[in-house]
Amino acid sequence: MSISIDQSICIGCGKCHDVCPGTLIKINEQRKAFIKYPKDCWGCTSCIKECPVHAIRFFLGEDIGGKGSKVHTEKVNGLVRWIFELSDGSIKTIDIDPKESNKY
Amino acid sequence: MKIERIKTDLLIIGGGTAGCYAAIIAAGIQNNPQVAAGTKILIVEKANIKRSGCLAAGVNALNAYITEGRTPKDYVEYAKKDADGIVREDLLYTISEKFNEVTAHLEKLGLVILKDKDGKYIARGNRNIKINGENIKPLLAAAVAKAPGVQVLNHVNITDFSVHDNKIDGAFGFGIENDTFYAIEAKVVIVATGGAAGLYRPNNPGFSRHKMWYPPFNTGAGYAMGIRHGAEMTTFEMRFIALRCKDTIAPTGTLAQGVGAKQVNALGEVYETKYGLSTSERVYGTVVENLEGRGPCYLKTEGISAEQEESLLKAYLNMAPSQTIRWIENGTPSKANVEIEGTEPYIVGGHTASGYWVDTKRATTIKGLYAAGDVAGGCPQKYVTGALAEGEIAAKSAVEYIRTARDCFVANAPRNDDKIDYRRHISEKEIENHVTEIEKFLGNKKGAQTAENLEEAMQLAMDAYAGGIKTGYRYSENQLNRAKKEIEIIEALTDNLSAADLQEVMYIYELKERLTVCKSVIAHLAARHETRWHSFAENLDYPEKDNIHFRKYVNSRLENGEIKIILRELTAEGQKNYEHQH
Repeated sequence: MSISIDQSICIGCGKCHDVCPGTLIKINEQRKAFIKYPKDCWGCTSCIKECPVHAIRFFLGEDIGGKGSKVHTEKVNGLVRWIFELSDGSIKTIDIDPKESNKY
Repeated sequence: MKIERIKTDLLIIGGGTAGCYAAIIAAGIQNNPQVAAGTKILIVEKANIKRSGCLAAGVNALNAYITEGRTPKDYVEYAKKDADGIVREDLLYTISEKFNEVTAHLEKLGLVILKDKDGKYIARGNRNIKINGENIKPLLAAAVAKAPGVQVLNHVNITDFSVHDNKIDGAFGFGIENDTFYAIEAKVVIVATGGAAGLYRPNNPGFSRHKMWYPPFNTGAGYAMGIRHGAEMTTFEMRFIALRCKDTIAPTGTLAQGVGAKQVNALGEVYETKYGLSTSERVYGTVVENLEGRGPCYLKTEGISAEQEESLLKAYLNMAPSQTIRWIENGTPSKANVEIEGTEPYIVGGHTASGYWVDTKRATTIKGLYAAGDVAGGCPQKYVTGALAEGEIAAKSAVEYIRTARDCFVANAPRNDDKIDYRRHISEKEIENHVTEIEKFLGNKKGAQTAENLEEAMQLAMDAYAGGIKTGYRYSENQLNRAKKEIEIIEALTDNLSAADLQEVMYIYELKERLTVCKSVIAHLAARHETRWHSFAENLDYPEKDNIHFRKYVNSRLENGEIKIILRELTAEGQKNYEHQH
């Protein structure tokens, strides 16, 4: 499991680099973010929550049951929307109200 | 390499849950006009406090809370039973008495907690309350930013304490990305670096090797620095093995307590009651069911309602998003039971009891060094609120220590306050030695070995010979002897490693930290001649519990390069205060 960064969208703000708990994301000379150590990702998704232009996607490796879906979050009307781009091209979303507690 | 000297009053190493809270509390004390103001506080964090430590992805319950009708004593009894007696009651009492107070503080900082219509927290089980803890670290980091007198150095990796005559006076480290060496002088230090992951071969050693329960960035740095400087450590043999959702290593408590899912084997039989319900027995039962051909094992979620399922998908997104993705890609929990497995063993003072041997004030055996959170031993089942409580206790003790030390100093040798505050403890020579070591790694020619390969070799040795997943967590003395030899061989190879930049230098230091911790784990496992906790410490030479000889703490201290084991008597039942005997 790891992340991928779409450099055509990245604006080089460096927020993902700053927040990664493993300092695994670096900024290249063209001011584009890239993950230098993809196998060292813990899967916390902090970078995805920080990215202001939604350039980062989270995915599961095949070794833990990954089937090619890509996931990111966006803030929509005060809700956190998790967007799952499934490998068959379909999209599923789950909205979470940050002001609401988990039920479990 | 640029060299920067920093002077502070209170140095906090590690800006996770305990470290951040210690800073907030210490700053609050100095704000109090009754107390001497102007205390400088510095948090040094190797990542960034906004998302570093155990709670980067979030947490979805506070698992240590005194719910209505219960008392701190009930919590102490629960933790004591789970660890079969090997706990420090004074430490458990002092955190239990603070659970609810720190929870109220968290709520004030912005944490969302589930309440009923009367505004009371809704309990999940006997000791837990439900929250939306996705943003718990950003909330703590924001509070640190507002706390007066607190500075944060992010992306600085501390590799050594400065200790003279068993008294700490600072620490050494380097900026991972700014080519700077830091020599930090402090009057008092709190170590809050967390526990150690990555000692053993993980569940998924390939591409997803870091999909582990405990943060892979917690390398046991605080343990290793203390061990090398002769601090007394406790209970490293009580390893923590988590029972987790297979593949994603996501928590199972939410399934067990949230929707009441039972542990079942492949035949559909509920097996958890057969082995007992303590944390280690739940893991052990799963191991045995698999070994005896009744695996795989599951949490029975089939048939839960659509509403329950939706709540589960959301709950996991707020703490372990991989699990929700796995469900969406491979079938959701109402349609298929969730397979469970034990993780590789971790060393962690927040769930089990491995760490610094501290007194009730959280003072370690090194003068001026306090410990809080997973790095502090003797006090299992801390969870989030316990880490906060220990941060608070350590902060108050540290501030008190500065005041007492200053009073002593003034009484003995009156001189102007500046000189007391700014005596130089760290010599140029000491700085030079540390810088030389770092530059050696940067200058070494690239050889056959890499830190990554040696880390893997270490994990394989621990897996095979020190009770990893491979042996169903079991080990014998002969195997442990072999593990010790293998670790020593690997350790000797680390000095020749080369690094292209300071991040790679950090990886070398992290490997060395893990190897130091491995040696202590092996020594402790070999010293406890009994099996008190199945799986956590499953000694094939001594498969039974031995209450006559081992209702004791197994402690250790490095003396002349050798780990010396110290068996200490349990503190008395109900004892609320423990002081170090010097």
